Amino acid sequence: MVDFTLWDILRNLLLAARWTIVLSLVAFVGGGAVGLVLLVVRLGRNRIAESLIAGYVQVFQGTPLLMQLFLLYFGIALFGIDTSPWVAACLALTLYTSAYLTEIWRGCVDAVPRGQWEASASLALSFGQQLSHVVLPQALKIAVPPTVGFLVQVVKGTALASVIGFVELTKAGGMIANVTYEPLLVYGCVALIYFTICFPISLYAGVLERKLHVGQR
Amino acid sequence: MRVALDFWPVLIQWPLLLEGAAWTLGLTAVATLLGSAIGIACAWTRANGPWPLRAAAGVYVELIRNTPFIVQLFFVFFGLPAAGIKLTPLTASILAMTINLGAYATEIIRAGIISTPRGQIEAAESLALSRLQVFTHIVLPPALKRVWPALVSQIIIVMLGSAVCGQISMEELSHAANLIQSRNFRAFEAYILATLVYLVLAVLVRRLLYWAGPRFVFGR
Repeated sequence: MVDFTLWDILRNLLLAARWTIVLSLVAFVGGGAVGLVLLVVRLGRNRIAESLIAGYVQVFQGTPLLMQLFLLYFGIALFGIDTSPWVAACLALTLYTSAYLTEIWRGCVDAVPRGQWEASASLALSFGQQLSHVVLPQALKIAVPPTVGFLVQVVKGTALASVIGFVELTKAGGMIANVTYEPLLVYGCVALIYFTICFPISLYAGVLERKLHVGQR
Repeated sequence: MRVALDFWPVLIQWPLLLEGAAWTLGLTAVATLLGSAIGIACAWTRANGPWPLRAAAGVYVELIRNTPFIVQLFFVFFGLPAAGIKLTPLTASILAMTINLGAYATEIIRAGIISTPRGQIEAAESLALSRLQVFTHIVLPPALKRVWPALVSQIIIVMLGSAVCGQISMEELSHAANLIQSRNFRAFEAYILATLVYLVLAVLVRRLLYWAGPRFVFGR
């Protein structure tokens, strides 16, 4: 029987937390890139593309992330490709993130007054120029606080990757709880580590939000 | 490579899926009622309570909102027995979902409460209503009306999150899909059907709550 000190538990959890952070970053950056592409396509005023993307968003927001993970994990294997939990988790979280971010950002673009589009169109700017020089810079300012806030959602979402066997913080917590027989302590520590990752991000999002609305009070 | 999908072996197990969906809805209904009650109580505390209670409610909200639901569930189901509190999968699921929804509902309802115009409260006080009466009759109904869409969205998020409860062998929808695929090895088909059921449930629950809100909760 090996004895585990609190430090042993914490050290191993912190090592596993690296993977939580890596997975969050991959999903956030990948999801941001896909989300941006979807946003631009959506703003291109193509009816079919628009309704397709609306459907995409509805599917990812209307189904459990856990199911999306399972579907990708088993779905990729169906094509005869050998999947690792790592690939499936990255892919599922990227798609999930992209659906949410494209919806958040569309709201921000909609918040830019219509006249801005019309004014830039009357200056003979192309669609791409209108977007990159006039609309997106203004939308970006509004978009930062909710985007940072959504990062918390992504970090918490990575916990579900433990279910398909990806060893991140939650999975490591389960494994350590099984060998130490101290589930209360271990899951308490796991929750605390998630909290120390997420709480500063939440606070920062709140600060950004207040800064943005400082003129309206 | 050709992909062969066969939904039939999954479809003939439809009673399992139906039963799972019923459990998911049941869990959601109970968590909604209890969670909203916690939300209202904590929102009142955060707006009007004495400062130690206000701080406690704040800590509760932030702790829950900044940790994943699956960790909360595992803490309740695997962790609490070590402290002498043994829970069945059903009670653990309900407890975790209620605590989770309660924290989000607190923030949502509080936003509705603090946007109540000052004059309405003063008018009610001038009519000699007690503090409790002012809250339940004057402040709360319009506050719920203002935040209803946000609250409904959160309830649906909690319902979708309940898929995780299958991991502690709660027999809800995702667990049913898992059971089916363990019988016939049609994993992808089973999960896709279960996912579709979730999608339908999400749409239906949203419709239902939008319909029920003005009729039963806050009045038109």
